[in-house]
Amino acid sequence: MSLFDWFANRQKSGSTTPQGQEREIADGLWTKCEACGALTYTKDLRSNQMVCLECDHHIRIFSDERISQMIDADTWVAIDEGLQPVDPLNFRARKAYIDYIRDTQEKTKLADAVQTGLGQIEGHPIALGVMDFRFMGGSMGSVVGEKLTRLIERATQQRLPVVIVCASGGARMQEGMLSLMQMAKISGALQRHQENRLLYIPVLTHPTTGGVTASFAMLGDIILAEPKAMIAFAGRRVVEQTLREKLPDDFQTSEYLLQHGLVDAIVSRTQLKKTLAQLIRLHQPVSSTSHVVPRSSIKALTKIAPD
Amino acid sequence: MPTLDRKPILLDFEKPLAELESRIGQIRELAEENDVDVTEQIRHLEAKAVQLRQEIFSSLSAAQRLQVARHPRRPSTFDYIQAISDEWMELHGDRGGYDDPAVVGGVARLDGRPVMMLGQQKGRDTKDNITRNFGMASPSGYRKAMRLMEHANRFSMPILTFIDTPGAYAGLSAEELGQGEAIAYNLREMFRLDVPIICTVIGEGGSGGALGIGVGDRLMMFEHSVYTVATPEACAAILWRDMSKAHQAAEALKITAADLKGLGILDELLTEPIGGAHSDPLKAAEILKKALLRNLSELDQMTGQQRRELRYQKFRSIGVFAEVTA
Repeated sequence: MSLFDWFANRQKSGSTTPQGQEREIADGLWTKCEACGALTYTKDLRSNQMVCLECDHHIRIFSDERISQMIDADTWVAIDEGLQPVDPLNFRARKAYIDYIRDTQEKTKLADAVQTGLGQIEGHPIALGVMDFRFMGGSMGSVVGEKLTRLIERATQQRLPVVIVCASGGARMQEGMLSLMQMAKISGALQRHQENRLLYIPVLTHPTTGGVTASFAMLGDIILAEPKAMIAFAGRRVVEQTLREKLPDDFQTSEYLLQHGLVDAIVSRTQLKKTLAQLIRLHQPVSSTSHVVPRSSIKALTKIAPD
Repeated sequence: MPTLDRKPILLDFEKPLAELESRIGQIRELAEENDVDVTEQIRHLEAKAVQLRQEIFSSLSAAQRLQVARHPRRPSTFDYIQAISDEWMELHGDRGGYDDPAVVGGVARLDGRPVMMLGQQKGRDTKDNITRNFGMASPSGYRKAMRLMEHANRFSMPILTFIDTPGAYAGLSAEELGQGEAIAYNLREMFRLDVPIICTVIGEGGSGGALGIGVGDRLMMFEHSVYTVATPEACAAILWRDMSKAHQAAEALKITAADLKGLGILDELLTEPIGGAHSDPLKAAEILKKALLRNLSELDQMTGQQRRELRYQKFRSIGVFAEVTA
């Protein structure tokens, strides 16, 4: 299904999530910002990548839209789309896990909580993983672990930079310890990628928590975050319970993490593609001749060089 | 080792056993007072007690095992290090301004050879528990562990980690100092080390906090230890929306050593003395030492590169999914 179809379906069938229902007003022609309440013509909002034109609030978007925002047109090749979750523990809480999977797949048209593939950003080939919060809160089970590991392994083999857009509640409890071990599995793949001196940039979006934070989200050579995203190891409520005291208002926001030295930069969604392309270029080896170019000829060189 | 003359702490499922044992004591006393020979009866009752203990401990539910794993007298990292090493010296600090008492470690000699031993340390009493934050490590604890492991790698010492934590500490300072980053860093870097790494869950393996020192060539678990993706209490609160369903969550999450062996996560299950490791800590230590030495002698046969490949493939193969080709 193309991205266009996805939106078409979405508008036809109405919204699938309560949050979405609020968002879509008057057949989706207008969208209300959940932060400032401003009504914006949806088309304008979309061309601003779902960032509120009034207050700069980053409205939550999902994997299809994210991929189309980041990747050059007609360069996206999805990989490992055939991976499907199963129910290895025969897990049943209030609802059987297997039914939960089927219902979520039906609702989201996704196989699991991450899409992976190869594509280009301003002409630079990259390996990209995009988590999708709609699928069981972006939780990480065997499929998410396997898809990301394969993506990183392929990137190591083809010497590509890896970008992973994180959005996750953490490890998926319904797969028990198998989920926890995906943290180690992915980190192992990242170790080999790093050892080959290849660039890895996670992009932390709202929310990034738990086992994802305690593994690949925090292992970037460079770590970017969207404005005002919640990024945490333990959730705010858990910390409040531990401490029995009130926490600062901006606790565990991107801005707070930047202040505490845990992320490199906060990048607006509208600048994300450009920033990633810039970073990739900055990490590409310069051609060996440039080191010996005499100062006087630099001007002449920049004239003929592309970009 | 925990002192054995202290009053035993009974778990609820041990009560029938305790009753039987106190009855044996009473009969013995009465017999002595009245000068009657009850040797035969006593022997019979004692055999029955052994059998009962065996029955109880061989059929524990996941929730009951969790109780054993959290038993206040369960041997801790310190206990095992002291019991199995010929000599050892504790080392301190993350070299970044902190020394987390919830993570302990140092250089030791095991059966004649230098090794690095480290693990989470729960307190032995309330006061000690407060100092050690109940074995919940801060980011500096994970950084201290990594520092010790780097040291071991430099000096070609095998690394033996002992896992016993309810989870990584969830507090304001932990978040500010990068709890997620500290654990993540260890996960990645443990794959880089050349020396043999053996990780053993001795009590509670609490989620990412346990995994933060848990990437090794071998994963071993004591029989009544547990390893969880989230505490059954937290899982019950989230998935059942009811904390009282923790025992159900404990079953559903598959947290016991036997379960994890079946899922291909665990390499070796260490049988505990009947009645649990706390009933005979020295015996438990002996079992641990034997298993460590046997595994070490296997890992010694490999090169650093082979061990790294083994470690990678071990985790690489974990996960269950279906694959349909389009």
